[in-house]
Amino acid sequence: MGIMLEIKNISGGYYKENIIKGISLDVTRGDFLVVIGPNGSGKTTLLRLVTRALPLRKGEVLYKGQDTLHMNLKEFCRRIAFVSQDASTGFSFTVMELVLMGRIPHLKRLQFESKRDIEIAREKLMLTDTFSLKDKRMDELSAGERQRVIIARALAQEPELLFLDEPTSHLDIGHQIQALDLLKKLNRRNGLTIVMILHDLNLAAAYANRIALLDKGVIFKAGTPEEVLTYQNIEAVYKTIVLVGKNPVTGKPNLVLVPGEN
Amino acid sequence: MYFKKRFVILFLLLGLAIIFGLIKGAVNIPLSNLLLGDNRVIFNLRLLRIIAAILVGSGLAVSGIVLQAILRNPLAEPYLLGTSSGAGLAAVVAVIAGVSRIYLPLAAFLGAVLSIIIVYNLARERGIIADQSLILSGVIISVVFSSIIVFLVSLFGNEAMHEMNWWLWGSLQVYDHKLIFLVALPVVLGICAIYLFSQDLNAISMGEDEAKHLGINTQAIKKILILITALITASLICICGIIGFVGLIVPHMMRMVVGPNHKILIPLTCLAASVFVVLCDLLSRTLFAPVEIPIGVITAIIGAPVFIILLKKGKRI
Repeated sequence: MGIMLEIKNISGGYYKENIIKGISLDVTRGDFLVVIGPNGSGKTTLLRLVTRALPLRKGEVLYKGQDTLHMNLKEFCRRIAFVSQDASTGFSFTVMELVLMGRIPHLKRLQFESKRDIEIAREKLMLTDTFSLKDKRMDELSAGERQRVIIARALAQEPELLFLDEPTSHLDIGHQIQALDLLKKLNRRNGLTIVMILHDLNLAAAYANRIALLDKGVIFKAGTPEEVLTYQNIEAVYKTIVLVGKNPVTGKPNLVLVPGEN
Repeated sequence: MYFKKRFVILFLLLGLAIIFGLIKGAVNIPLSNLLLGDNRVIFNLRLLRIIAAILVGSGLAVSGIVLQAILRNPLAEPYLLGTSSGAGLAAVVAVIAGVSRIYLPLAAFLGAVLSIIIVYNLARERGIIADQSLILSGVIISVVFSSIIVFLVSLFGNEAMHEMNWWLWGSLQVYDHKLIFLVALPVVLGICAIYLFSQDLNAISMGEDEAKHLGINTQAIKKILILITALITASLICICGIIGFVGLIVPHMMRMVVGPNHKILIPLTCLAASVFVVLCDLLSRTLFAPVEIPIGVITAIIGAPVFIILLKKGKRI
């Protein structure tokens, strides 16, 4: 169980002020790490900094000991894929066209996709249960189907590490579970390491093997769901009172909200 | 894949359009007599116009496709970077300065290039080109240059205005075959270069972050593509003036018909836009012959209803 990604004291942001203020975090091979935190705590910014979408102002990110900034961008994207929150807002490509874009990091400049790339795209469509949709346009799909297709595109990059920014935010509970079960399967069976932002703390508890709780640009607490999801931690960061019980099925922490005026 | 079928159909349509373009005109010449005696001169002139039409159609439409994709703005079009007003201003200045007509295309080209340089540098901030700044700079430069044109024309009167007319409304009346081949070079090479970036264009059209996460150096590729479209547009302006509509609406129409995948969209659009401009040019010189209607008028009058029908239908064909 080697360390796959070492995030070492990184800082960064959009304007003058840093949003992420010195975060260090290790991602181990096979991790299913969920990042939680209130709105504006810097979850998305953290992921953008780590995946090179935003330049680091301080610190470094090492992938298997190698500084990611020294990696060729395409090589980086062959190892690390990212599913953003509002993916696929452009023109309406077909599902197959979109998933084939995941092969870009594997293609040289001026090289078009080969039979093998198409084969890999089909394989990922099957894996995410979207093969029957392959000739449909993205705007003909439901939100759940669209999310699975976007995941298929990230898988077509054949990454070892997959980042996802709230992959379930537009989905109903059925589709949330469906998407997360798919990711769990990929994590367990295919050895894909996953780092994901989630808003729903109970979902985080149910799926993560590790949780990082962010607050105001720093890590408030990182560890197992049991270590992080205590009522003290939640109250300190979210300024709200919860009861922490146990999910009777999974045995993981289960949070119960306590509305005010009671 | 409907790609091959559509390619063949459009190719045949282009062939038909070229034949019509050759035999119809102020004088109709049967196909069999086209190469005989005096007809030879007319044939050569019409052939030059058709070549110009194909260059203009493909060049403007592909530039429009590229700018709409990388700026993610449906109103983007080849003249967005101030090329049209830059070229117009340079031409007016040249006319007022008494420069020989032969050098007008050169002046227009330089004016277009100058305006692109200004717009590009206005939009650049710490080495990064922001989409919104580029669009705004283009608009501002266009407005400033157009005002200077009006100012100069009102000071120096009709002479300059007369020279300007064909520039502002566009014309494919080309007398100089050397100029056409000079322009064909950057246009054809530019389109080929753009085609090689079609997968990058697909990714960038999804958004800059999305493209970065697929390993694409978005800033570098955007700069290259903006430069290529600017070169194509500036070259075309010096042979045909400003022909609106083609670079704005034809890309939308083709996207509705064949989808946004640039690998398919670019070649099919080249063919479709060529057919469109060859036919519009034919109408511009035959409808009220011997008076020639500016081609920009025809492209708008014919293109707009076709576009509205596609838009209302809302479905891909």
